Amino acid sequence: METRLQAEDIQKTFILYLQGGKKLNVLKRVYLTLGAGECVALTGPSGIGKSTFLRVLYANYKPDSGRVLVFHRGQWINTVEADPYHILDVRRYTIGYVSQFLRVIPRVPALDIVAEPLQRLGLSPDESRLQAQDLLRRLNIPESLWEVSPTTFSGGEQQRINLARSLIYPYSILLLDEPTASLDEKNRAVVIQLIREAVARGTAIVGVFHDREVRETLATREFDVSTEGTE
Amino acid sequence: MIFSKEPLLKVMGMTKYFGDRVGCRDISFELWPGEVLGIVGESGSGKTTLLNTLSYHLEPTRGIILYWSEQQGLVDLGQLSESQIRYLMRTEWGMVRQNPREGLRMRVSAGANIGERLMALGVRHYGRIRKEVQKWLERVEIDTDRANDLPETFSGGMLQRLQIARNLVTQPRLVLMDEPTGGLDVSVQARLLDLLRALVAEFNLSLIVVTHDLAVVRLLTHRLLVMRHGEIVESGLTDQLLDDPHHPYTQLLVSSVIQV
Repeated sequence: METRLQAEDIQKTFILYLQGGKKLNVLKRVYLTLGAGECVALTGPSGIGKSTFLRVLYANYKPDSGRVLVFHRGQWINTVEADPYHILDVRRYTIGYVSQFLRVIPRVPALDIVAEPLQRLGLSPDESRLQAQDLLRRLNIPESLWEVSPTTFSGGEQQRINLARSLIYPYSILLLDEPTASLDEKNRAVVIQLIREAVARGTAIVGVFHDREVRETLATREFDVSTEGTE
Repeated sequence: MIFSKEPLLKVMGMTKYFGDRVGCRDISFELWPGEVLGIVGESGSGKTTLLNTLSYHLEPTRGIILYWSEQQGLVDLGQLSESQIRYLMRTEWGMVRQNPREGLRMRVSAGANIGERLMALGVRHYGRIRKEVQKWLERVEIDTDRANDLPETFSGGMLQRLQIARNLVTQPRLVLMDEPTGGLDVSVQARLLDLLRALVAEFNLSLIVVTHDLAVVRLLTHRLLVMRHGEIVESGLTDQLLDDPHHPYTQLLVSSVIQV
């Protein structure tokens, strides 16, 4: 199994200066090696740092120490130390991340938001939109909403837009933070199927899945951020 | 976006004093092709001084500004003559002011505001100028019927879009913007942000945007500098700074945003 990502000795403390410099010691020496075709479910009680760890892997949070090595365009890059320009390149080509929030410019239609990652990689606007349509159809987003900005969508619809943005391109690494949290049963099944297809393609996944059924269906192994992997 | 091996701009230790008073001090950063850099900080923190010093409207007290010019290769702005700098600013750089009235000529038509920039570069063919004017009015979503109107008759959002067209018609590689969405209605702001993002992608354009609006920062910029008292207190990837601010002042800025 080819290694896609390696997190070494990750420590993360938050210092809250507005609260008198209070320190929150969240991650203590976490190590994780992730291979192609693996789907690792982060476990442990809530508040233990699962989402924090995902964000560190995406370089959205900066750890106090340690390295996050990502296999990107044929070489290893440590995103803890990399320049923003290179981190953004990693996010364009290698790592997709599905958060629980959708942050978009209000005026842009859903279809263009989903097509954007492909366009950024140089695919023509028409071809990008075509692929976005296929995915939105699979995710049961009614055609009447495609030309509308998702800022007005329901929670479940926004979540599916977020997912579509990350599933439209075959990133070699996907980070999923509660990807099915606000979905009904029918759409949850669709999303599970799409994630399984990604894993079958060799995508390496790290996710937080609160829903036990989803976790048991998808995960190839579980990883407790608070105890396992620490040395 | 095309991945580049070299930055577009490299600023090292740029400092500007006004007598004893610090305008900005020890400013260092890199900007890459196609990248949008945001500069935030409270009023009086030196953001606008930084822009004006960078573009040599003010001469830096010390520091080095390196620019990878399309026509001249790597240049040190400090080594260029005044006329060489002016030429560079007219061709490869642009400047969008917060108040479009300062960046536009209010007594000539909208079309002339765009066309005269081309004429300044020696384009003489009238038909070509007219075509470019039309193309740019359309690109910034201004009805081409308005080409002969004076800017005075335009709304605030239209004026700002016209100022952007005036800057982009010469195909600059770097555009500096001072509060480009300041004073605009929220819906007009969204439209302008959408336009700027599309232009950045289309032309692999680099922007430096001074703003105090963190929503603009999140949606438009890739890289961020946080300034206080003329100095950079924190810099890095935009979403990292907003979601995981390390400096007390950045934490204060981020937590002061009113959520809607």
